Amino acid sequence: MTTSLADVVSSGATLRAFLHGLPGVDRVGADQRAATLGTRSIKTTAKARAIDLAIGMVDLTTLEGADTPGKVRALCAKARHPGEGAPPVAAVCVYPDLVHVAARELTGSGVKVASVATAFPSGRSSLEVKVSETELAVAAGADEIDMVIDRGAFLAGDYLKVYEEIAAVKEACGEAHLKVILETGELATYDNVRRASWLAMLAGGDFIKTSTGKVSPAATLPVTLIMLEAVRDFRDATGRQVGVKPAGGIRTTKDAIKHLVLVNETAGDDWLSPDWFRLGASSLLNDLLMQRQKLATGRYAGPDYFTLD
Amino acid sequence: MAMSIFEYAPAPESRDVVDLKPSYGLFIGGEFVDGSGPSFKTVNPATEETLAEVACASADDVDRAVRAARKAFDAWSGLPGAERAKYLFRIARLIQERARELAVLESLDNGKPIRESRDVDVPLVAAHFFYYAGWADKLSYAGLGPDPRPLGVAGQVIPWNFPLLMLAWKIAPALACGNTVVLKPAETTPLTALLFAEICRQAELPPGVVNIVTGAGETGAALVAHPDVNKVAFTGSTEVGRTIARAVAGTGKKLTLELGGKAANIVFEDAALDQAVEGIVNGIFFNQGHVCCAGSRLLVQESVQDELLAALKRRLATLRLGDPLDKNTDIGAINSAEQLAKIRQLAESGESEGAERWSPACELPERGYWFPPTLFTGVAQSHRIAREEIFGPVLSVLTFRTPAEAVEKANNTPYGLSAGIWTEKGSRILWMADKLRAGVVWANTFNRFDPTSPFGGYKESGYGREGGLRGLEAYLDV
Repeated sequence: MTTSLADVVSSGATLRAFLHGLPGVDRVGADQRAATLGTRSIKTTAKARAIDLAIGMVDLTTLEGADTPGKVRALCAKARHPGEGAPPVAAVCVYPDLVHVAARELTGSGVKVASVATAFPSGRSSLEVKVSETELAVAAGADEIDMVIDRGAFLAGDYLKVYEEIAAVKEACGEAHLKVILETGELATYDNVRRASWLAMLAGGDFIKTSTGKVSPAATLPVTLIMLEAVRDFRDATGRQVGVKPAGGIRTTKDAIKHLVLVNETAGDDWLSPDWFRLGASSLLNDLLMQRQKLATGRYAGPDYFTLD
Repeated sequence: MAMSIFEYAPAPESRDVVDLKPSYGLFIGGEFVDGSGPSFKTVNPATEETLAEVACASADDVDRAVRAARKAFDAWSGLPGAERAKYLFRIARLIQERARELAVLESLDNGKPIRESRDVDVPLVAAHFFYYAGWADKLSYAGLGPDPRPLGVAGQVIPWNFPLLMLAWKIAPALACGNTVVLKPAETTPLTALLFAEICRQAELPPGVVNIVTGAGETGAALVAHPDVNKVAFTGSTEVGRTIARAVAGTGKKLTLELGGKAANIVFEDAALDQAVEGIVNGIFFNQGHVCCAGSRLLVQESVQDELLAALKRRLATLRLGDPLDKNTDIGAINSAEQLAKIRQLAESGESEGAERWSPACELPERGYWFPPTLFTGVAQSHRIAREEIFGPVLSVLTFRTPAEAVEKANNTPYGLSAGIWTEKGSRILWMADKLRAGVVWANTFNRFDPTSPFGGYKESGYGREGGLRGLEAYLDV
């Protein structure tokens, strides 16, 4: 980090001045740009490439109260071998208490274990609880931690509190990668999305992630666009590359490809890999597999030819 | 450009939807007829292939067309407005039904990307007909008198940059007000006007209400000079506009001119920069810069110049130039060899006068007329590229220090068609808009069009307004 950016977090006032000094985001223009990129027509070889890229970027997710070891095992099996010839997905994302199950199932597979933490999805708990939940998940074998920011503090203007929490969780992660969930549906404005993105990056997040999937709207194209602009600009300013993960509401191959187009034309090649771009999803994977088979064979198979896990 | 991880495969829109005929006649009195001038070829500017042979209207043909329009006038203007509206609504719906065909043909004949003809031109064309259809039975409530009367026969001459859209801007209000028209499309882009003629027949529009005469400058001159034309409407170059104004002077014909421009797109340091970059790109590279209201002068506040230019250059490197029918193309072909020569010449003057030229790495197709997206930095007000309309994908970048200087520089041009303001400060937008001498001032956007919004210029950009309520005035005796 450059010295000037290190100074930014020296106090609440400097942090606020910095975040409010970022260029604004014009909603009409951002929506229009995302919509225009959404009209890109990705066909034939490009579509095949995009589908395999997207499969490899999926964070296959189950975050339900009803989750069980059996459910997680089934998901892990699918993650390793989504379908004939298809690449494995990037990670399986579960609640902390099921991390040990996923870790055992995925050993040696290359598929990462991701765990939500920090009183997901609301984040309404003490820092102590958040940090110890993170440590718990890491100890159980999580490679990646998906934390939520304190949106209440953010909206109240207490940026330093949000910053310090992220930094503390990052420290608790140790070797594990930290994804910072902004919950953009609750931040409401695009200016806030940009500020929260920078805040998370300044605090050491390895990824910025749109949503928990529990709040609507979740990942939208304009929000992903703004976050991609943020990671691009952050690397220009600091030399450090941060990943982006839209999550929630991406259900179809078409949606996934639109996101890849955004990556391609905003952040560029360097982000077109599972190391730097993820898609948080559950039902998306089967649609990708179905479209993949359609491209290869020219026919759609019925839904019963794809496993429900 | 190096192979990237995610290359887009070609995604061409099919040409099959268009039924190209080997030759086209004039559309007079509801019939397609031969022209007596020497016919000419229209080419696809992206490939230089000949698309069709098109009839050329001589002065006699123009006379026939004007007489057909005159003959149709009494019955057409005598129809209740609601009845005229029915025809216009029908035309609007047919345009929507045949949208793909119109878009493909427009891209073939003009060279513009299918994304633009499909998503901008044709939807706006339909919207103009829908909008003015709505006015046809409400003219008494337009604030132009209790029973405003049409003018008679309108002679309309349109340019090649938005062939179908300019046709709609001209024909829709004229017909709604009860006039009949003779329209001359540009010689390089006559085909969609002739397809529109077919749509008029399909809509069972009474013969003679719309007449289309194709040809070059002489045909246009004959139309403008015809003694039985009551109204002349022209969109095109300032040079031709002057000639027309002279020809029409003292004849009692009502005249509207929509001419050139050299618009300033003004970016303040507090602008939403990513969106400003998009607006700059859309302002000058939309339709290859063949836009009279193009934001061809970028005025950027010195304090953000470096940041903005870096972002702009990065963005230009992602523009996709090539086959206009490919759905992923952003920049299509220059419309004609003549226009390409003009752009090249002005770009060379920019270099020789000392501005710095930059284009992204960009492979141009071997055949056809192409010019890479280009920007000039270090441009001074005195340079030709800052003063003359280039009508191509060439952006001149100038700087300013204060809002007052921005206004001064923006207004310091013989033109005054449009301007753009980029700032997050609302009060500054209003202050600037009040001082800019331009017909259209966009705030935090650029090149957005809507049938309800009037469009037209100050100074050498012309006079009269098209679109919206104001657009009715040009076709009514008020």
